[in-house]
Amino acid sequence: MTDDVDRTPVEDADVCVIGAGPAGGIVADRLAGAGREVVVLEAGPRFDPDDRLARQERAIRPAYDRPDVWDGDPERDAYESTGERFYPLNHARARGVGGSTLHWQGMVMRLHEDDFASESARGVGADWPIDYADLRPYYAAAERELGVAGADDNPFAPPREEPHPMPAFPPSYSDSLFAEACDDLEIAMHSVPNARNSEGYDDRSACVGYGTCQPVCPSGAKYDATVHVERAERKGATVIDRAPVQRLEHGPDALEAAVYATPDGDRYRQSADAFVIACGGVETPRLLLLSESSHYPDGLANSSGLVGRYFMDHLFAGTGGVLDEPTRQNHVGFLTSESHQFYDEADAEQAPFKLEFFNYDGPSPVELALTGDDWGDDLLARLRSDYGTHIGMGGLVEQLPREDSYVGLDPSTTDDHGNPVPDVHWTVGDRALETIERVNEIQERILDELGAEITWQVGPEGTGPAYHHMGTTRMGSEPTESVVGPDLRTHDLENCWIASSSVFPTGGAMNPTLTIAALALKAADHVESAFRKAV
Amino acid sequence: MELTRRDAVAALSALGLGGTLAGCVAPPGSEPVDTDRLRETLVAAAEVVYPSEVSGIEPFVTAFLEGRLADRAHVAGLEEAVAELDGNARVWYDAEFAALSVGDREQVLRNVGADDADEDPSGTASERVRYYVVNDLLLALYASPTGGELVGLENPQGHAGGIGTYQRGPNA
Ligand SMILES: Cc1cc2nc3c(=O)[nH]c(=O)nc-3n(C[C@H](O)[C@H](O)[C@H](O)COP(=O)(O)OP(=O)(O)OC[C@H]3O[C@@H](n4cnc5c(N)ncnc54)[C@H](O)[C@@H]3O)c2cc1C
Ligand code: SF4
Repeated sequence: MTDDVDRTPVEDADVCVIGAGPAGGIVADRLAGAGREVVVLEAGPRFDPDDRLARQERAIRPAYDRPDVWDGDPERDAYESTGERFYPLNHARARGVGGSTLHWQGMVMRLHEDDFASESARGVGADWPIDYADLRPYYAAAERELGVAGADDNPFAPPREEPHPMPAFPPSYSDSLFAEACDDLEIAMHSVPNARNSEGYDDRSACVGYGTCQPVCPSGAKYDATVHVERAERKGATVIDRAPVQRLEHGPDALEAAVYATPDGDRYRQSADAFVIACGGVETPRLLLLSESSHYPDGLANSSGLVGRYFMDHLFAGTGGVLDEPTRQNHVGFLTSESHQFYDEADAEQAPFKLEFFNYDGPSPVELALTGDDWGDDLLARLRSDYGTHIGMGGLVEQLPREDSYVGLDPSTTDDHGNPVPDVHWTVGDRALETIERVNEIQERILDELGAEITWQVGPEGTGPAYHHMGTTRMGSEPTESVVGPDLRTHDLENCWIASSSVFPTGGAMNPTLTIAALALKAADHVESAFRKAV
Repeated sequence: MELTRRDAVAALSALGLGGTLAGCVAPPGSEPVDTDRLRETLVAAAEVVYPSEVSGIEPFVTAFLEGRLADRAHVAGLEEAVAELDGNARVWYDAEFAALSVGDREQVLRNVGADDADEDPSGTASERVRYYVVNDLLLALYASPTGGELVGLENPQGHAGGIGTYQRGPNA
């Protein structure tokens, strides 16, 4: 399908940003604000905000799969999964202006201080070349950019200098049930920082309780990166959608142009002085590998041989059951309480982890009503018996970076443009799996204390990824051991920066996007100062 | 429990269908659409698939259908599904679906396989009847505040019921 949008390159561009998720959106906004001529190339489409309720219907109706909500295209998004565990890549991302935040849940916390020094403090993993203090001002700025509702009630969180931009969402009724049990067990609960408006913020409305946050917030109360992409456009940036970059043209030391395809079958070259790759943790290494040349036969920015290596995600661990009283689930689609109490016990054997208290355990009645072979009074009786008393907990566990966990290319399968698809080869490791058992034990203790009958558990066998793609272009000081430096510039190419969780050397167990946003702000500063130095 | 105008507005706005409910809406497009037949069939089907404790079905379904009529592709699918029901009703009962007793209507829905089928807007006849008739009606009901309340959830998914209800206990 073609349209009449002008997708020709921008002349005299200073900066070409590839990818319009939060990382690309934030970089584009900052640099356009600094007066740079910015062009953003985005593989997926620009979605019409008026369609969000129709997408919500797709989220609820069983006829549609999750990737259908944001028009996933199996040919465009083809991939392979060859690791010891299947990786459901197209449930783990969305493509288009806004990127995966169109689909995300929106919990945003800072990494802990030790997460930056895993090797030194815990004896495993890799240290970051920067520490919490380096990122701290960027974290505060990132919280303002995304609009974070949070409170200062988390005794385990790293030090912060100022309150969150908005007050936290109050705890849920089921949080109050958990609180009694956790009190008895001396487990502290605290609020969850949410990139979701608890009051009007940034011209976006407060949350109105649609309850379908993941995969779509119809009201715009949940942050997504259309906020930054549109802001960048208002500051003069050009955003070209449906323009997947096929290859990065380069000389020995610098990028020259991004070659992109358009829906009418044309190919264009976008040249620029500086390039920022922000394609997420899977497509970023893929694009570098696809851009190989006689000078860089193993792929761009890959003299370390580590592009694509150390692919990490967070592991999910959960337990749930039923009580003999109402638990009031599924009113809203986000979390209001967590516990980070055990996080910093982490060492070589135990991974850091956090505990989550669900507000949406058990079935949503409307979704339940659309499946089954009953209707009328029988259906209502089934809904009443299946909804109402569920209660559950989740948790995220860190996995260590491992060379045998990687994103590579699979030349035997190609996408809609004939390029080899990404091969996600995901390997987890024993420390994470053993920690999942520990998480399950704590969850069982809490649910037992509550008097719940346990009906489900996700443990080491059944665990899956939390859809956080990290590690595949790791950051470090040594060019032989990393792909980008502490300034997020590739060691090999002087005008190429990467803004993504792909630069995380070790992942911690916190959802990554606040850190991605902080790093994107830092990357924008480095690009801008490179321009200033050049003058 | 009585379905209200507010429920229909809520169900419509959950689906992005406006929700003003002003007057009668003629669907866009050139083909004339027999909206009375669609309405009568949907109301008749709702009397089967809705629980007996709800009342006010006719105005609720009428209002909901008006919103749906704005979507030509949806209307085309619905027309086919209605033709399927009427065809089966004529073969077995010699009358249109809407003219049958509630028990016979239920039997026709079962004859076309709408009970076991998974919904699919472009699937088999059973899957399409499930999508355009049975599930569309169930979605309208259970995404509305009254439908949610029947189950004990006054702010169901799809309804913008604010952020007060999740904090409240069962007896508040
Ligand atoms: C269901 C779900 C729930 C999540 N929940 C949370 C959460 O609660 N908290 C949290 O912190 N994180 C969460 N995440 C993760 C979060 O969405 C990502 O960390 C974040 O979106 C990453 O931002 P990004 O800009 O690096 O990449 P993305 O948001 O993935 O954006 C990358 C963009 O680049 C484009 N692109 C890729 N390749 C090319 C190319 N060759 N040319 C042009 N464009 C290209 C893509 O189409 C895409 O739009 C969740 C993710 C999912 C899927
Ligand atoms: S509950 Fe979620 S989907 Fe609904 S308005 Fe709030 S943030 Fe958006």
